[in-house]
Amino acid sequence: MLTHLQSPHPLWSLLGVLFFALNLAAGLIWVERRLLALWQDRYGPNRVGPFGLLQVLADMIKIFSKEDWIPPFADRWPFVFAPAVVVATVLLAFAVVPFASGIVVADLNIGLLFFLAMSSLGVYSVVIGGWSSANKYALLGSLRAAAQMLSYEVFMGLAVMGTVILAGSFSLGAIVEAQARTIWFIVPQFLGFILFLIAGIAETRRLPLDLPEAESELVAGFHSEYSGMKFGMFFVGEYLGVTLISCLITVLFLGGWLGPGLPGLIWFLIKMMGFICFFILLRAALPRPRFDQLMAWGWKLMLPLSLANLLVTGAIVLAVR
Amino acid sequence: MFSNLRTLWEVFLHAFRPRVTVQYPEQKAYLSARYRGRIILARDPDGGERCVACYLCAVACPVDCIALQAAEDSTGRRYPEFFRINFSRCIYCGYCEEACPTYAIQLTPDVEMSEYQRQNMVYEKEDLLISGPGKYPGYNFWRVSGVQIGGKAKGEGERESPPVDLHSLLP
Repeated sequence: MLTHLQSPHPLWSLLGVLFFALNLAAGLIWVERRLLALWQDRYGPNRVGPFGLLQVLADMIKIFSKEDWIPPFADRWPFVFAPAVVVATVLLAFAVVPFASGIVVADLNIGLLFFLAMSSLGVYSVVIGGWSSANKYALLGSLRAAAQMLSYEVFMGLAVMGTVILAGSFSLGAIVEAQARTIWFIVPQFLGFILFLIAGIAETRRLPLDLPEAESELVAGFHSEYSGMKFGMFFVGEYLGVTLISCLITVLFLGGWLGPGLPGLIWFLIKMMGFICFFILLRAALPRPRFDQLMAWGWKLMLPLSLANLLVTGAIVLAVR
Repeated sequence: MFSNLRTLWEVFLHAFRPRVTVQYPEQKAYLSARYRGRIILARDPDGGERCVACYLCAVACPVDCIALQAAEDSTGRRYPEFFRINFSRCIYCGYCEEACPTYAIQLTPDVEMSEYQRQNMVYEKEDLLISGPGKYPGYNFWRVSGVQIGGKAKGEGERESPPVDLHSLLP
């Protein structure tokens, strides 16, 4: 079943995915600013280049030429190390995402577990960064990040188990192929889709669940002390995370590259961009919950729901067989 | 939950609303006639300077950005020998305009006065004087005031009676 998924040129896939992911992360800065402006009756950046597209380039030049300052009270090496972790883990997780039939860096048979593991490792970046800053706001932010990401990780993993039961495989390619045989998993797994979406927002620390960096409470949370390109790395990591979660939702629940007419890659990108825009709409529309509300929802509502979803799905699949 | 979805939908609908942004260099924002912008010195309808160099604007100025020196011409009219406003200090509060007894100093709806050299923000009298009467077209201080100047004796101003002769008993 997986043979034709093997990419003929793994190196090209690797380079292509790297190029695509990093450029998209940069381009998303522009996309987000323009879309937020669109929903706030403004124009957003529209001066530099056509439609303001070169704004990203100007921002890059600016952020690279900023002073890269390490506070004297900070723990130097963890402080430098932390921003690299978030980008590295997210980029590693991109390796298992099948962008189209055959365009995948490594079609692991435990692809989904690999993704969950990498997104768990991403927590270290935030925690180490906040801890080594030796700043009370950064520490509070990283404490919140640790609590939030660990508790939402739990039902994120449980929410996708429904699709794994239906597809009978942890491989993302096999999950898409299973959807080609039956129906997109958003229909039988709608609850799982909603749970995974919410967990994804919490996992990428996007608004409205951006409590680790809540500006109105914690200055900038875990990256209060970061400047220059180290701050930029956290930023890129966040946008990469948004892209990754959108890719995963597309693969797990919306049939990946499946779709009529257009080539598979185009279908994948359309679905993925749709979810990225939805993430930005969430940011434009919803206020941030209190931290205890976030924790209570995670443990008292989301976790039982995902467990129920898992049990019901398993029972139905067993009964049908 | 429902209210959150409704919020999402209503925010999404904002994509089709008109924009509120004024794209500045191409479009200009409307500034009302009372807007407190660049300061000018107005002239009488017949072309003379309105300013009588009374120093009230310089006194009223909270940041001391107005400097002037009074002088008197051969006909007895007071006028400023120099009149200097340092716009890098000016806070555009409009107190000078309120203090001015002759409508000479006025704030205008113009804000485009950026400079690369700080020195160029200091406006001299020839930069400040405009050719017209500004916001008060008909007013001429020297015509309505009771002050005696060359070419106009006491009692010859507009809406002014001749002075009372204290040594006469006739009405």
